[in-house]
Amino acid sequence: MNRIHSLFKNKQERVLSIYFTAGFPNLEDTLPIMEAIQEGGADIIEIGVPYSDPIADGPTIQDSNQIALENGMSLKKLFQQLEGFRSKIELPVVLMGYLNPIIQYGMEAFCKKCQEVGIDGLILPDLPMQQYLDEFKSVFEQYGLVNTFLISPQTSEKRILEIDQNTDGFIYMVSSHSITGAKSGISEEQISYFKRVQEMGLKNPRLIGFGISDAETFSTASKYSHGAIIGSAFIKTVKDSKNLNQDIQAYLQSVLN
Amino acid sequence: MIRVDEKGFYGKFGGAYIPEMLHPNIEELRDNYEAIVASEDFQKEFQMLLKDFVGRPTPLYFASRLSVKYGAKIYLKREDLCHTGAHKVNNTIGQIILAKKLGKKRIIAETGAGQHGVATATVCALMGMDCTVYMGELDIQRQRPNVERMKILGAKVVPATSGSKTLKDATNEAMRQWINNPVDTHYIIGSVVGPHPYPEMVARFQSVISEEIKWQLKEKEGKENPDAVIACVGGGSNAAGSFYHYYNTPEVRLIAAEAAGLGVSSGKSAATTALGTPGILHGSKTLLMQTEDGQVVEPHSISAGLDYPGIGPVHAHLFDIGRGEFVAVEDEDAMKAGIELSRLEGIIPAIETAHALHALNMIEFRKDDVIVINLSGRGDKDLDTYIKWGNY
Repeated sequence: MNRIHSLFKNKQERVLSIYFTAGFPNLEDTLPIMEAIQEGGADIIEIGVPYSDPIADGPTIQDSNQIALENGMSLKKLFQQLEGFRSKIELPVVLMGYLNPIIQYGMEAFCKKCQEVGIDGLILPDLPMQQYLDEFKSVFEQYGLVNTFLISPQTSEKRILEIDQNTDGFIYMVSSHSITGAKSGISEEQISYFKRVQEMGLKNPRLIGFGISDAETFSTASKYSHGAIIGSAFIKTVKDSKNLNQDIQAYLQSVLN
Repeated sequence: MIRVDEKGFYGKFGGAYIPEMLHPNIEELRDNYEAIVASEDFQKEFQMLLKDFVGRPTPLYFASRLSVKYGAKIYLKREDLCHTGAHKVNNTIGQIILAKKLGKKRIIAETGAGQHGVATATVCALMGMDCTVYMGELDIQRQRPNVERMKILGAKVVPATSGSKTLKDATNEAMRQWINNPVDTHYIIGSVVGPHPYPEMVARFQSVISEEIKWQLKEKEGKENPDAVIACVGGGSNAAGSFYHYYNTPEVRLIAAEAAGLGVSSGKSAATTALGTPGILHGSKTLLMQTEDGQVVEPHSISAGLDYPGIGPVHAHLFDIGRGEFVAVEDEDAMKAGIELSRLEGIIPAIETAHALHALNMIEFRKDDVIVINLSGRGDKDLDTYIKWGNY
C-alpha cells in the first residue's frame, strides 16, 4: 500500500507535513533534514525541487530555491541523493515542484525514478487538473504515485468535488488568497472556509497549508482538517541553523506540543 | 489555419499551466471575454477610445529614403505615434474596458521597457482605477523616464528584485500579486504570453494594426497584401498585431526580429527561437531559453522590452511550422539601425523597434517588394541608452 494511504488509514488528525527545499541551506543537507523531520515526529516529508521561477512562492521559499540552484541542486542530483533513503526513512515522502524541470527530465522517466527511489506522491502546483487528466494520470498511476491537487478559498464547490474525484491521496487546502509565507495567523474568514470544505464530506483527507507556522496555527488548522503543512517557517528554521538536527527537533516540538 | 484551439493551444504551444489559486480568475476571463469583446457596448467604447484617445488609425508612411537605401518599397506602420508612444496602449484600452465590465476595482501589470506600464497607468488614470506596476529593478534604472511617467499618472511602481531583475521577474511578481488579490484585481498582461486566454486576447486587441495595414496599403498600393511584414519580438505583441490578419495569407512573409544581445552564442542573448527549447513559462507551453535541467536562463538585450527568455506561444508555433522567419539582431546592429532611421527619415525609434529595422540587412527580398515594418514605438524613453552608446 502507498505510504500516504497507510498514513491516513491510521491517523486522521494533527497530521503534520513538513516542506523543505532540496539543496538548501547546503547541497548535501537533503538526507540529514529528512532524518531530523522523521525523528522530530512529523508525518509527511515534502521535498521541494528548486526552480528558477517559483510563481506561487513568497520571498522565503524563492530565496531558498535560488540558493539551492546556486548550490548545484537539480533533479538528477536529488535522485542521486535519494538512492537508498528508504533504509532510513519510513515516512511518506512527496516531491513538490514546478512542471518545467520535470518536463525537461521527462515525465515518464521522472515518475519511474520516483518509484525506484521510494517516493509516494507528487504536488505540482502549476499542473492543472485537466492537463493531468489528459496527459499524465496514467503515468502517475503506473508508477504508484499519488497526485495532490491544491484548492483555495476561491475554488468553487463544483471544482472541489471534481478534484476530490480525481485524487486519492490528500487535498492540499491553500489557507488564504496568498502565495507561500505571505500571511500569519488565521482569520475568521479563513475558518469559515475551512468549515465550509469540512462539511462537504469529501472522500479525501485535507491538509491545510500556507500561513501555518507554529503550534497555534497548526492546532487551529487541525481542528478543521486532518492536519497541516508547514513550509516557509521551516525554511526559516533551517536557514541560519548551526545544528540542523537539534534545531529541527526543537522546532517540531514547539509545533507539536 | 493558424488559430487558437478551444484548449488554448496553437499547435503544440499554449495552454494554461497555472497554479490552482489562479484557476478561478483565468476561468472567469476565459468564459467571459469573448462575449464581452463581441458586445456592441464594448466595441463602441473601444473604437471610440482607439480613435479619440489613442489617435488611431496610425499612419502607414512610405519611407522614401529608407526605400532607396534598401531597394524596396518600405512602409512604416506608425505605432510610435500612438498616445503614450507605442502600440502597447491598444491592448491596455481593450483590457481596461474588459476589467471594468468584469467588475474589477484594481489593476496590476508587469512591464519591461516601461511602455506597457505607462500604457496601463494611462488607461487606469483614464478610468479612475487603482494601478500597481511591477518592474524589474534593473529596468527601473535603465528606463527612468517611463518610471516617472507612471508615477505622474498615479500608478505605484514596485521593483521586482529576484532573478535577473528584468521583465521575466516582473511577470513572476505580478502573477504572485494576482494570487494574493484574486477577487477584485485584473492583471493586464502586456504581451501575447501567459495562460490562455491571454495570448489570443492580447493579439486580438493588437490586431487593429494589421487590420489598418490592409486598407491603408490598399489605398496606397492597390493591394491589401505586402510581400513581407517585419516586427520585433520579445514576448511578441506588436508582431502578433501586425501579423494577425496575415497569418493565413501564405504569400505574405512574416519576419520576426529577436534580440541577439551580444551575439546568439555569447551567453548574453534573448534570441528565443535560436536558443530555446519547448518548456513552460508564465503559464504557457512555448519556446524558452533554459538549461537542460529546465531552469530558465536569464536573457540579455540592450532593449528592456525584448529582454525576455520566452516568446508568445503563437510565435513558437509560427516558428515551428515554418510560417514565420526569425532573425536574431545584435545590440550593436540594432543601435546602428536606430540611428539610420533617425537620419534617413527623421524618426528616432525605440530600441526594440530598431531590431526590426536591422532585419532589412538580414533578409533577401526582390527589388520593389512591398515591405511593411511595424514601427512599434518611439525612442524618447531610450535617450539614455542612445547617449550611453554614443556612436552618432
